[in-house]
Amino acid sequence: MALKIVKGSIDRMFDKNLQDLVRGIRNHKEDEAKYISTCIDEIKQELKQDNIAVKANAVCKLTYLQMLGYDVSWAAFNIVEVMSSSKFTYKRIGYLAASQCFHESTDVIMLTTNQIRKDLSSPNQYDTGVALTGLSCFVTPDLARDLANDIMTLMSHTKPYIRKKAVLIMYKVFLKYPESLRPAFPRLKEKLEDPDPGVQSAAVNVICELARRNPKNYLSLAPLFFKLMTSSTNNWVLIKIIKLFGALTPLEPRLGKKLIEPLTNLIHSTSAMSLLYECVNTVIAVLISLSSGMPNHSASIQLCVQKLRILIEDSDQNLKYLGLLAMSKILKTHPKSVQSHKDLILQCLDDKDESIRLRALDLLYGMVSKKNLMEIVKKLMLHVDKAEGTTYRDELLTKIIDICSQSNYQYITNFEWYISILVELTRLEGTRHGHLIASQMLDVAIRVKAIRAFAVAQMATLLDNAHLLTGNMQRNGICEVSYAAAWICGEFSEHLENPMQTLEAMLRPKVATLPGHIQAVYVQNAAKLFATVLKNQEGNTDSTAAQETIQLMIERLPLFVQSANLEVQERASCILQLVKYIQKLQQKDVEVAEEVSALFAGELNPVAPKAQKKVPVPEGLDLDAWINEPPSESESEDEQPKAIFTKEETKHSRPRHIEVDEKELARRREARKQEQANNPFYIKASPSSQKVYQDTPGVEHIPVVQIDLSVPLKVPGETQHQGLPMSDQYVKLEEERRQKERAEKKKKEKKKRKEKRSGRGKRHDSGPESEEDITPAHMVDIVTEEMPENALPSDDDDKDPNDPHKALDIDLDNLGEMAGRRPLADSEKLPVRSHRAVEAAKSPVEDGEAETAAPQQPKKKSGKDKRDDKKKDKDKERKSKDEKKKKKHKHEEKEEDLLRGEVDEPVVQSEGISQVAELPTSTSAEVSDLDFWLSNAPVPSNAQEVATVVAAAEAEAPVAEVVSGAAQDSEPDEPKDTEMEETKSSKHKKKKQKKEKEEKEKKKKKRHHHHHRHSDGGGEKSVQNGTVEEEEEPLPSMSNYCLLAENSYIKMMIEDADQVYDIQGNLQDGSQVVVSIIFENKCDSFLKSMEFNVLDSLNSKLQRPEGSGPHDSLTVPFQLPPGVSNEARFVFTVQSIVMPQKLKGTLTFIVKNEESSTHEKLDFKLHFTCTSYLITTPCYSDAYAKLLESGDLKGSSLKLEGVNMPFHHLLARICFHHHFSVVERIDSCSSMYSRSIQGHHVCLLVKSSGQTVSIDAKCDEPTMLGNVLDEIKQTFSQC
Amino acid sequence: MIKAILIFNNHGKPRLIRFYQYFTEDMQQQIIRETFHLVSKRDDNVCNFLEGGSLIGGSDYKLIYRHYATLYFVFCVDSSESELGILDLIQVFVETLDKCFENVCELDLIFHMDKVHYILQEVVMGGMVLETNMNEIVAQVELQNRMEKSEAIQNLSPPYLCHLLHIATSSRSLRSSSSIHLNVPPAGLSTILTPTRHPQL
Repeated sequence: MALKIVKGSIDRMFDKNLQDLVRGIRNHKEDEAKYISTCIDEIKQELKQDNIAVKANAVCKLTYLQMLGYDVSWAAFNIVEVMSSSKFTYKRIGYLAASQCFHESTDVIMLTTNQIRKDLSSPNQYDTGVALTGLSCFVTPDLARDLANDIMTLMSHTKPYIRKKAVLIMYKVFLKYPESLRPAFPRLKEKLEDPDPGVQSAAVNVICELARRNPKNYLSLAPLFFKLMTSSTNNWVLIKIIKLFGALTPLEPRLGKKLIEPLTNLIHSTSAMSLLYECVNTVIAVLISLSSGMPNHSASIQLCVQKLRILIEDSDQNLKYLGLLAMSKILKTHPKSVQSHKDLILQCLDDKDESIRLRALDLLYGMVSKKNLMEIVKKLMLHVDKAEGTTYRDELLTKIIDICSQSNYQYITNFEWYISILVELTRLEGTRHGHLIASQMLDVAIRVKAIRAFAVAQMATLLDNAHLLTGNMQRNGICEVSYAAAWICGEFSEHLENPMQTLEAMLRPKVATLPGHIQAVYVQNAAKLFATVLKNQEGNTDSTAAQETIQLMIERLPLFVQSANLEVQERASCILQLVKYIQKLQQKDVEVAEEVSALFAGELNPVAPKAQKKVPVPEGLDLDAWINEPPSESESEDEQPKAIFTKEETKHSRPRHIEVDEKELARRREARKQEQANNPFYIKASPSSQKVYQDTPGVEHIPVVQIDLSVPLKVPGETQHQGLPMSDQYVKLEEERRQKERAEKKKKEKKKRKEKRSGRGKRHDSGPESEEDITPAHMVDIVTEEMPENALPSDDDDKDPNDPHKALDIDLDNLGEMAGRRPLADSEKLPVRSHRAVEAAKSPVEDGEAETAAPQQPKKKSGKDKRDDKKKDKDKERKSKDEKKKKKHKHEEKEEDLLRGEVDEPVVQSEGISQVAELPTSTSAEVSDLDFWLSNAPVPSNAQEVATVVAAAEAEAPVAEVVSGAAQDSEPDEPKDTEMEETKSSKHKKKKQKKEKEEKEKKKKKRHHHHHRHSDGGGEKSVQNGTVEEEEEPLPSMSNYCLLAENSYIKMMIEDADQVYDIQGNLQDGSQVVVSIIFENKCDSFLKSMEFNVLDSLNSKLQRPEGSGPHDSLTVPFQLPPGVSNEARFVFTVQSIVMPQKLKGTLTFIVKNEESSTHEKLDFKLHFTCTSYLITTPCYSDAYAKLLESGDLKGSSLKLEGVNMPFHHLLARICFHHHFSVVERIDSCSSMYSRSIQGHHVCLLVKSSGQTVSIDAKCDEPTMLGNVLDEIKQTFSQC
Repeated sequence: MIKAILIFNNHGKPRLIRFYQYFTEDMQQQIIRETFHLVSKRDDNVCNFLEGGSLIGGSDYKLIYRHYATLYFVFCVDSSESELGILDLIQVFVETLDKCFENVCELDLIFHMDKVHYILQEVVMGGMVLETNMNEIVAQVELQNRMEKSEAIQNLSPPYLCHLLHIATSSRSLRSSSSIHLNVPPAGLSTILTPTRHPQL
């Protein structure tokens, strides 16, 4: 009490505190802004005082005002002052304020580095804690770089309170300073087994967060996590781990098999709904990943679906929501199991909760079949009527259209019904989706020929009924429909019953209130109708009808001639003059109808949206060539280089444009799609697999079957009067028809007529409900879209809106993700050392010794960063090390062993890029561990499978080795003879080919092609060599092929991935990599049904034919008799090329001999080096100089020791293996250039003195450069 | 990851905002308004998940919220968080507040925003869940308060900072709707605390 009095009195004397401020604001409800501004003035005064307590109080108030939306960044410096107070009370206030309002561009953050470092090492754990908490909110790349080491030390702090915070904040540090991930990772991994559950949970949290973005890098941790999962009692940790497994299983199906059992147990045992739900989710993920391989998991699926049904039926809305959410995941792969719960899902559509209704709608998409489509849509139409609020109604509308149009209208049996649904949808007022309905109408009318007559009648009625024209035209999106209606009536006017009437409707004055682009279509199509009317009347002796029509046109068109819209005006005045001319001719009794209708003759066929892009460039046409030489700016003396320079310039600008504008491109693409949707001359593609394989493009070949109109053509206006919405009638009629058909069929079956309705059989087997065999009401040929002849069937844009990777794709662009991706590169770096690494990891005693072997390593690495505090840190490190040793933890040791491993790596030391070069971690060791662990899984795996796994793992080494071995020897004609061990196989292959030549005439063609490719490669190379060196001895030309994987049956040889970049295409298509693989049959049996599959990563995807799923495998288009080999090429799309990539794949095949045929498989790993994304591109020295001067390129360098080869061999090697070209060479110094498929420039300056070669490199993409240099290093380290 | 934590009352007045990603002040206010608009029109008996607003989030993000008496606690999280887990976390947070403030009500949050921040900092750090054990959280908060107290006494800091020593004493006398207790029912937290049986492999 006494305190309060004192406090109150002193308050009056001094300043307001936070409570006073809040109270004041509450008391000034009317003039809050004014009151706050006076408060801010007071705060400014307080901040000027020297007393830190006063300042802290002011900053505390500012934090409150910040919450109310006031910008307080002007006080940033004062906040830093308060942060640096020695008192915890004030420090905490300061850090809180900083965490609320500092961000990366706050400049005073620079000043905080030392203060934070001091706080981090404070003896008071709460000072440290508060600093860590604050830092987690405003860490910048600079802070992260400078403090990474301090934080890493804190990860081994004695207090778990600090440890867990330090572990958590490491994630933020990784994001801002990716280079720290590698050195910190071993310690982070250790924390997974920290005795304190909080620290453990934090470590799990961080690793899960990292792994979520780049799961494949963390596969090696799976055994550890598996152990945690079976031992942890913390549900939070369990949930995180189980979620992580959900992300990992798609990459490693064997993991999934191992997981199913423990997860199923958890599902049965846990009481926590959250845990149960996540288990179900992961089981689903596992089953999805297995669905291609093992079909027999119906029990697990049933369990999941059952559990989910329980969730959905629960009264708790949250569970219901989540149940539906998980159900939609199952739906993708196991639609049948979900379809049986249709009743439940339809019930959810009636839920009062919008979140739940939306989820249920998503599910409906996958549940429709031919049988129930009409019923479901009918239900949705009822909802449309009931729905209040346009958002939900619009959602319904799009869903109805989605559901009906999916898989190329697969489920629609009666298009009349569909058209009438679309017509009914046009009655929705104020919907935003008018254009969607319009494009559907156009699509159906154009592609379903049989429905045109009906569609035209409906559209004519729509035009006649004015309801589309009512309301505010600009706001009412539904008027877009009249665009489609007018166009359909005009284009297919021969189906019109009363064209005269429709023409009249189209020329009503009210039309002039429509938006311009629609009016234009009206005018144009009025002309088409006019032509039709003339044609119909021509034969008649009585010409009054024709006269009337002409009169009508002449009367009405002037209205449009006056239109403000240029397009309308132009079309109208043209047509008006035309009509007047026709009138004149008619008066002279000249027959004109034929000529008039010739204006609109010819049929429009749907064209695939990609068709244009796919048109091959005719031979001899160079799109890049100038049509006219551009005028030179000055009359320069040096003509030739000038021209080349300009060419280079354009090349330069293109890639940059692409890089910057990915988003912009996407936006434009979207806009273009929109435009196409509204344009009758473009037809939107619907995902169909049929069209791709169609051999004969063109409509002529498609039989058009006449419809027998079992349904009377009625117009919506009339039916409305009868009270029954018209689509309902179709539903009824359709029901009757189906029943009749069924009865008929039974009859037929009984009688076993030979005349089976084979014509309809085709449509029978499509659709999930083949058991019901519903035939469409009338044969509809869905006209396939035209494509140019030799167009590639597959293309990159995947239209699946539910693709889970899409969201992640975006994420991958930002720098933060790079951090997580790094470790991937690791496993690729140390392929040779896997054995030793395994040993090292397993014997901690040796680790201890290892530490003494290379004690200086970590300090050397981070020395640059911590120069100022070096001494202190060292002491600290030592101290913590000692503590640790006492505790018999081997944290540091392990880490250093790792680093030692890198040093031992038989690689020439590099300086500038040492950070990057050090990326390799123990992952390669762990990968083989993982393989071992996984192969122990209770899976139907025989010993041989394990063997192939190992073979595959080991196969990487030869990849590099062969590549390096290739250029070594100089026998131009007999390259194979001198290759290294592994390449013997390729020799072998050649021999086999010779044999094959004798034996098999058939295959000759393909093999020839193959040989061509070889000689092409050689030719190309010798050209390079020419540029390298004119006078010196010729260098070997050789095959790039090397071993990919082999087992006792088959051997796969891979050619160094080469690129094809779309000459005609824009550079966004330039991220294609073509991989040629030679398959060689090594056994005495016949190999057939070879299927090639690769697990796509986020970055690299195997191009599969359109319509196939992301996990489907590609059929190798040939079979292999014994001893025969053949080559197949696979196209991959790669998004980011700055990192090397490794893809796991499997080849499955059937081995067939006389007695038996067995299924076999072979695992392999595809290695895309950064080098393989480079294209040898010549560059002239002046352009090269310009490029270097531009300053856009970032530099790096590399030193190679002990290189024993002539300089020109060295250059040739770089040229050959890394696709560079020599720009200039002076003695033992040479500049080289290459360009990536995405247009990055890479410049090298190679100098050689004695055995030392130094390479200075510049590139506009530092990450890529680092990787390319690594690869160069690798090449030379193996010679 | 948690992207943002917002606490506002039934009228949309912010009581605590904590963004783990930078937004300008104007943007922050807009997000609060939008989120309030989304959340407030929902009944209490519908589900606690919302597919994020347009401003915050995107397809990967969800709003997960709970409504206690006069206050909404809204967490914006991405797909790496378990939905039900976060619901439990909100409960833990509110129960912790209830313990620290002794029958917490909106007024406590109004007048002690800083304290609420300090408590939150012990639960979530930099967008990641730091601690879910309520006893541990309360213990750490109390230890820090004790430190502040000792500093205040030792260093004779100005008396107006003494309020820092008295958590949950002032302002209760005010008569307003904001003094309604949040009535935090001790929920059977399934994610947190309850150990599960484990399959032996």
